[in-house]
Parts: sequence; C-alpha cells; structure tokens
Amino acid sequence: MSKPKIATTSLAGCFGCHMSLLDIDERILELAELVEFHKWPINDRKSFSAQCAVGLIEGGCCNEENVEVLRTFRSSCDVLVSVGDCAIMGGIPAMRNMVPLEECLQEAFVDGPTVHNPTGAIPNDVEIPLLLDKVYPCHEVVKIDYYLPGCPPPADTLWEALVALLTNKPISLPYNLIKYD
Amino acid sequence: MEKVVTFLLDGEVIQGQEGQSIMQAADEAGKYIPRLCAHKDLTPHGSCRICTVLVNGRPQSACTQPIADGILVESETPKVNQLRTDIIDMLFVEGNHFCMFCEKSGSCELQALAYRFGITAPKYPYQFPQRDVDASHPDIFLDRNRCVLCGRCVRASKEVDGKNVFQFVGRGVEKRIAVNSEQGLKGTDAEVMDKAISVCPVGAILKKRVGYAVPVGRRLYDHQPIGTASEEETTE
Repeated sequence: MSKPKIATTSLAGCFGCHMSLLDIDERILELAELVEFHKWPINDRKSFSAQCAVGLIEGGCCNEENVEVLRTFRSSCDVLVSVGDCAIMGGIPAMRNMVPLEECLQEAFVDGPTVHNPTGAIPNDVEIPLLLDKVYPCHEVVKIDYYLPGCPPPADTLWEALVALLTNKPISLPYNLIKYD
Repeated sequence: MEKVVTFLLDGEVIQGQEGQSIMQAADEAGKYIPRLCAHKDLTPHGSCRICTVLVNGRPQSACTQPIADGILVESETPKVNQLRTDIIDMLFVEGNHFCMFCEKSGSCELQALAYRFGITAPKYPYQFPQRDVDASHPDIFLDRNRCVLCGRCVRASKEVDGKNVFQFVGRGVEKRIAVNSEQGLKGTDAEVMDKAISVCPVGAILKKRVGYAVPVGRRLYDHQPIGTASEEETTE
C-alpha cells in the first residue's frame, strides 16, 4: 500500500506556519515515513497529479488566485486543515478589512509617505491577481474540516494533529496546544 | 445571623447565605462558573451571559440570580457549555480581535475562555467592524476594536474611582464605550492607576509603555485555564 499523500500551501500568509511545521525537528523523518509530500512549497510542484489525504492551508484569501488555489486544494484533498490565524480569521492581512480597498491601494501606491510613483498609477496588469474586497478566512470560501490556531501554531500542535489524522484517531489537543498567538 | 440557603449545583449540595448570587455562593464553595463581565469588586451587570446557568431548567445569569432553597442549578453540562461557547464565538466575530499582536494576549479573559472551551475557530462569519482607537491620553490606550462591552470600566469608574469616565452610548450594533470629554480620554480625569483601567478583561483599555513585559510562557493563562484554583494568587 502506498503512503498517504499530503499537500501544503501558503495563501495570504507569511510562511511562518510552514516554518513551524519544519520546527517539528527530527520528527520530520518520522513524518516522511508516514506520508509522501505530494505538493508543497519545498518541491514547488505546480499542480496536483493525485488525490491527497490531507491538505494544510496557511493564510487566508486576499486575491482571486488564493481562492482558486484553495478550491483546487479542496477538491484534491480528502481532509482540509486551516493552519494558523491567517487561515482561520484573516490575520495581519485582514487588518485592511476595516479600510475600503480603494483607500488601501491609494495609500500603498500613491499617498504613502515613502512611495515613489511619479505616474501615480495603481498596478493593474492582467498578470497580477485581482485583490478581493477584503481578506476572507478559508472556511468562508470552502468547507474546512479542522482548525489549528496559532501565530504560528506550535510545532507540537501540527505534529499531534497530523499524527492523529494519519493514524485515523480524533484530533484532541491539550490546553497547551491551542494558542491564538 | 443570616439565613443559610441550600441548593444543588451540578448535583452537588452547596450552602450559601441568603442574598448571595449563585456565582458568589459557587465561588465560596470553590466551584468556578465561567464569566466575563462579572468582577468580584464590582456590582454585577448580567450582560455578557457567559455565566448563564440553568436554574430549574431556565437560563439565568449566575452573577445576578439570587440563590434560593432547593433550586437545581446546572453549570458544567454540555448544553450550558455549548451556550457559552456560542457567546464567545459571537464576541470574537463581532469585534476585531487580532490576538497575534495584542499586548493582552496570554492574559486576556476572552482568549482564556476560548482556550478553556477548546475553541479552534468561531462558527459565525467575521464582521470586521469599523471601530475607533483613542490614543490621546498620555498613559492609557482605548482600543474599541477589542472591546466586548462588558461594562467593567463603566462600573469601576463610577463605583470605585468615583469619576464616571466611561459610559455606553448607542444601541445594538452601534453600542460602544464613550468617554466623558469631547477631546477623548486626554480630556477626562482618567488616571493610569484607576480601577477602571486595570479591570478591562481584554486589550481594549491598556496602560502605555508596559506591553509585552511578561514573556510568552509566563503569562497568566499560558499553562492554566481561567478559573483554576491557583489563579487568584497570581492575579495582580
């Protein structure tokens, strides 16, 4: 029997949650025994070629590309996990949710005190994914099966959850492993 | 001598004094009932409903409901804890609670309640409301993004400080904390050592220049859930 496959991605995140995953230290070798990493930033695979057992999502949805990637993950992963505060509540990128998008772009590309932009143009190339009106938590875009909060979630939280999922046990996190910071 | 009142809390016989609330009697018996707006030094407000218990099957706030002989009180049951979890979920989505950089994180009672109930994500959609920050005072921040409208500052300012610095204005989703000066906090007689400043359960009212002083791992709720017996000794 082949090993179950897992996939990970970072949407509107900072890769800190992936760092926390690497922070499981030598247990990464045990994890590699349990699973095959099908598509994740380390191998930079661009698309799914097989169904995965577990998908880990870091970051929320701030643009149309995030939404597309998230939907692809949903259809290609049996179990989808929101990892970290950005995936769960938008996180730092969601601080723009209290400001209209137009004002955000104006500040970032025209009015900001350190901006040098003689033409005053706001980038609008077809190659650049369109921003959404606000940053959305992943579970407001697709169905999410499990949530691992934290900024980032402790390495032990990721380890406990992954081992539980891969050994068909319920995820039961002790007090010390549910953190929002 | 005051009359002794006997009642059942989660099947356990509890004795209290006539006139006590369910919460007071439970506290004296060493039984913690989760709470947010209630504070031992302030008049109960009964507004957050986290301390909801079933009294003879009817939901009541334990901080305001007086004890009576023979009542059956349910607190630590799945049904009641689900009600509390739902309220905490709503408080998280109705404000802008960015725990990852909040100075209060680790010592925040709202966050600690969510930890206690094992909440990993709220079940309601986030509202991301527009709220004001008042940083005008030299020593105190007022960040309404984090305010849960518990009214502790309102009561503490009036009852303990004798100042009436804070008050509620507006109704429904428009309800917010206001201060009694058009210039903001700096125009009030609020002072950094006021009771109203220290009783805020979340990071809505903070003292300036003392943030992040306690390292992660040594904060109030890093290792022990809110409501554990040893908490009283470590609270300032």
